[in-house]
Amino acid sequence: MTPDDWRPTGSLEHLRQRAKMLSTIRLFFDELDVLEVETPLLCHGIGTDPQLAFFSTEFCFYPNPETLYLQTSPEFAMKRLLAADYGSIYQICKAFRNGESGRFHNPEFTLLEWYRVGFDLLHLMAEIDRLIQVIAKPFRTLKQTHTVHYQEIFRNYTGLDPLTFSACVYREFAERAGLPEAVSICENDHALWLDFLFSHCVQPHLGGNRLCMVYGFPACQSSLARLNADNSAITDRVEIFIDGVELGNGFYELCNDGEQEARFDKEIEFRARNGLPPVDKDQRFLRALEFGLPDCSGMAIGLDRLLMVMTGAESIEQVLAFPVDRT
Amino acid sequence: MATFSTNEFKAGLKVMLDGDPAAIIENEFVKPGKGQAFNRVKIRNLKTGRVIERTFKSGESLEGADVVDIEMQYLYNDGQFRHFMVPDTFEQYQADEKAVGDAGLWLKDQDMCTVTLWNDVPLSMMPANFVELAITETDPGVRGDTSGGGGKPAVLETGAVVRVPLFVQTGEVIKVDTRTGEYVSRVKEQ
Repeated sequence: MTPDDWRPTGSLEHLRQRAKMLSTIRLFFDELDVLEVETPLLCHGIGTDPQLAFFSTEFCFYPNPETLYLQTSPEFAMKRLLAADYGSIYQICKAFRNGESGRFHNPEFTLLEWYRVGFDLLHLMAEIDRLIQVIAKPFRTLKQTHTVHYQEIFRNYTGLDPLTFSACVYREFAERAGLPEAVSICENDHALWLDFLFSHCVQPHLGGNRLCMVYGFPACQSSLARLNADNSAITDRVEIFIDGVELGNGFYELCNDGEQEARFDKEIEFRARNGLPPVDKDQRFLRALEFGLPDCSGMAIGLDRLLMVMTGAESIEQVLAFPVDRT
Repeated sequence: MATFSTNEFKAGLKVMLDGDPAAIIENEFVKPGKGQAFNRVKIRNLKTGRVIERTFKSGESLEGADVVDIEMQYLYNDGQFRHFMVPDTFEQYQADEKAVGDAGLWLKDQDMCTVTLWNDVPLSMMPANFVELAITETDPGVRGDTSGGGGKPAVLETGAVVRVPLFVQTGEVIKVDTRTGEYVSRVKEQ
């Protein structure tokens, strides 16, 4: 505590720019007739993703108190709206991720998430590009968008094939690249190797003064995307970057409830094996998938980071009124 | 000694890395939206002074290092070791040339300096930012030169060699910035 820490860390100018960005986004989707929705931040169900730590809290509802979770993303609730046939929707909301704090992270952050019924991944990517250009306009001029396949960009910067894992080839590269610690961190975990090498050797080069969209991730990094219809080794997932900063993820959404449940089971099993807090599968979400999710694509963008790259802020706290350590 | 997890890696924290004491300089949390969290850490090996970058899986921990900086007075050089004293406690320490390093160029008897102790043994040291030392040898000056463009080398009483303006003479005391090894000014006789 210091005498001055009641003050906001975000300047008035940055908060004005935030307000402007939010109204630009709302206008963009209103014109496309995409409905703005709100779904609960406080939920019974939570994602199984072992890489996302959540906050839980007690709902004191005598005589049956319950544990509720702060959402890590509005994905499940929004997909239930889609399954109920509410059409294309978007949401600007808070999401919460425990243990995340740093220059680019605050445990509570603002997310834009939208779903487009009838869109495949390429359709969605075209819309992402339009939206980012509209948002960027009052802030900075971006060069033409760079769209690239994951396998190609990974190969460009590492010489490795991300789809074929060879522990000794990956190890050799890490040692050559001055990252010998990767060997003990990643061991024989292909997905972990990809996370490590992508974030250290590829990501810093992506989207220099332009939007970069990387699509076609290896299948082991599917998350909630469906596998590519022509090549099951890759998944219909896109990740976007500006100035080397990751801004968001999008999927051609997995609709198959059986496959979704199998992915949940795998993650639950991973949690148990690694001593992470156990979670239950979100049954209402699975029932919605079983009922039928329309063919759709969805995207989530972290708006605090987007505002950072738009304004050139060095740290997330410059674009937040109060980061977690000032609350 | 306590252990510290990646979240506690603040600048200045002293930890053990690969058997050597090291100081954290910078710690960046790196986390893909969908993927493993890492901490990319810039860290200085306190034995060699080398700065390296090392990535940790978030949540990993390192053992703390018992490293402290103490102001001491330089006493004398016995040929093998240099001897220092903590003025408040009169506690004495001896340091070998490896621990003294380049600081030795600027150490004059009775001067104060900062000694870094690791497990109570001198590991490295920093001289004061400015020291005043007498010139033991330099070429005779050129009459009329007062600005010192170009300059000439001068040997100081500690053995260090610095460039000084042409008008500065053997026997004079000069002030030197130890961070750059550059001449600052002449020191007037008290």
